[in-house]
Amino acid sequence: MAALTPAEAAVPDPRPSRRRRAGGPAALRWAVLFVVGAYLLFPLLAMLEFSTRGAQGRTADAWLAIGQDRALVDAIWVSLRLAALTVFGMLVLLLPTMVWVQLRLPRLRRVLEFVCLLPLTIPAIVIVVGLSPIYAWVGYLLGDSPLNLALVYVVLVLPYSYRALDAGLRSIDLKTLAEAALSLGASWWSVILRVVVPNVRAAILSAALISVALVLGEFTIASLLNYDTLQVRVFEIGKRSASLSVAVSLAALMFGFVLLALLSFVGQRRGSRQGS
Amino acid sequence: MTPETDLAAEAPTPTAPAPPRPHRSRAVLRCALDHAGALPFFAFIAVFLLWPTLIVVSGAFTDSNGAFSLDNLTAITGPRFMDAFGRSIWLSLVTALLGAVLGALLAWAVSAAGRSGGDGVTRRLVTALSSVLAQFGGVMLAFAFLATVGLNGWLTIMLRDAFGLDLFAGGNWLYDMPGLILVYCYFQIPLMFIVFLPAMDGLRVQWGEANASLGGTGWHYWRHIAGPILAPAFAGSALLLFANSFSSYATAAALVSQGDPIVPLQIRNVLTSEVSLGQEGVGYALAFGMVVVVAVVMSLYALLQRRTSRWLR
Repeated sequence: MAALTPAEAAVPDPRPSRRRRAGGPAALRWAVLFVVGAYLLFPLLAMLEFSTRGAQGRTADAWLAIGQDRALVDAIWVSLRLAALTVFGMLVLLLPTMVWVQLRLPRLRRVLEFVCLLPLTIPAIVIVVGLSPIYAWVGYLLGDSPLNLALVYVVLVLPYSYRALDAGLRSIDLKTLAEAALSLGASWWSVILRVVVPNVRAAILSAALISVALVLGEFTIASLLNYDTLQVRVFEIGKRSASLSVAVSLAALMFGFVLLALLSFVGQRRGSRQGS
Repeated sequence: MTPETDLAAEAPTPTAPAPPRPHRSRAVLRCALDHAGALPFFAFIAVFLLWPTLIVVSGAFTDSNGAFSLDNLTAITGPRFMDAFGRSIWLSLVTALLGAVLGALLAWAVSAAGRSGGDGVTRRLVTALSSVLAQFGGVMLAFAFLATVGLNGWLTIMLRDAFGLDLFAGGNWLYDMPGLILVYCYFQIPLMFIVFLPAMDGLRVQWGEANASLGGTGWHYWRHIAGPILAPAFAGSALLLFANSFSSYATAAALVSQGDPIVPLQIRNVLTSEVSLGQEGVGYALAFGMVVVVAVVMSLYALLQRRTSRWLR
């Protein structure tokens, strides 16, 4: 890596293209990865150091205290089910609508994009104020459960999942693919499940990843509607104990990281099997 | 503004001017069915997004008796709330720009690495880490930075022991605007990476090869090919970052316990303080102000999008 930089500098400008594309960007690429990566990883290491700091040397006391917190374990389980429900709801609601609008209602496309980006213009802390009467109805109809939060979470993840899915749908010739499938006798559901979904698998995965992360990290609405989710628990612990809160935070971040890494590897394996 | 009115306005008129029009009634029916396909989505949005928003907006324009009033809006034009708006906008601007540039660089580095070496593991790990930090973070990111550069943070202690450097010589900056900028970048950069990576992947290797075979340099490639293609996605992502930062509440709520420098914290203060009932209207007005600021940003985004999509055709 370091050896490449002087060689690249020695290349005279008149005939730069080949070598520059091979050498220069590689060094720069690794430099970017290293610097930004260090900024992203250092606080996580600091959390590990901070949470294992004892009176003398290292101690795992803060970490051992995590498993004994029953309320925390319950809250994690609630948040996981919320994440699954939200991803499911988002995909069922958004993907068919996007495909449908692109193929049959192109005039609504701008409206759809506008609506999907609307949650960004209406922050969660604003929504939650207007949400209490609506959630009174939801609780009346569905029963009072923290899982009801999934309904508003589908709205919260729309901007990000829309952008991810839109990028995927733009990269394929949806009209030709759909017309080919329909002319061969496929139904609309078959078009979506067997033609569109396999072609935009990466986009669906990235939409799901960001939705899961958003739900597991959501704090504003859950705390102001008084539901006990993971983030609300972590915030409450933070008031009591600094080292325990840092340990829980790091554990939760690592848990999220493992979950998302697993998800992405599952997507990759399925993709390569279908490809071969 | 509302999709329902659009639907209602469009439904009766047949849109397709197909030359061999068999039955006018069938065209109308088909058009109605087409719109019905999009109805569940828009109905859902109306209930869980537009309705709560209407409640907030009407709350901003009514007094405690439910009569029309501008008192709530005039109440937030005082220096206390206007300064909070100024600081919120400054914070969002700085972190959106920093996040967009660094996040785009990271997306470029990871996308290019995956392309040349098939280094899928690095890409997936960085994607997972970014997802976690960008949207999972919230409250926990505040704790991360307390452990790093807090009064007893690791970096604070290291710098003090190694160089005799006191991070807090200039005051308790971590719990104020500089701290918020530092911590906000910690979720803005990964968010930019996630949002921008698909656009970066859209760049075809062949375009670079075509550029090189025609004698173009790297500068030519970025100036005339990749730059114009990526520009709308970059600008759109940067605006998303601005909105994300402006709307963020959890990180600031966990980091700043007093002073309430930015608007979301002012809203928290108004909503949770038990001073008076009249304060509730001020909360509505502040929330309405936030909606207006981000709506302006998003209008700029729409204008920009229209312009750039014309250039791309």
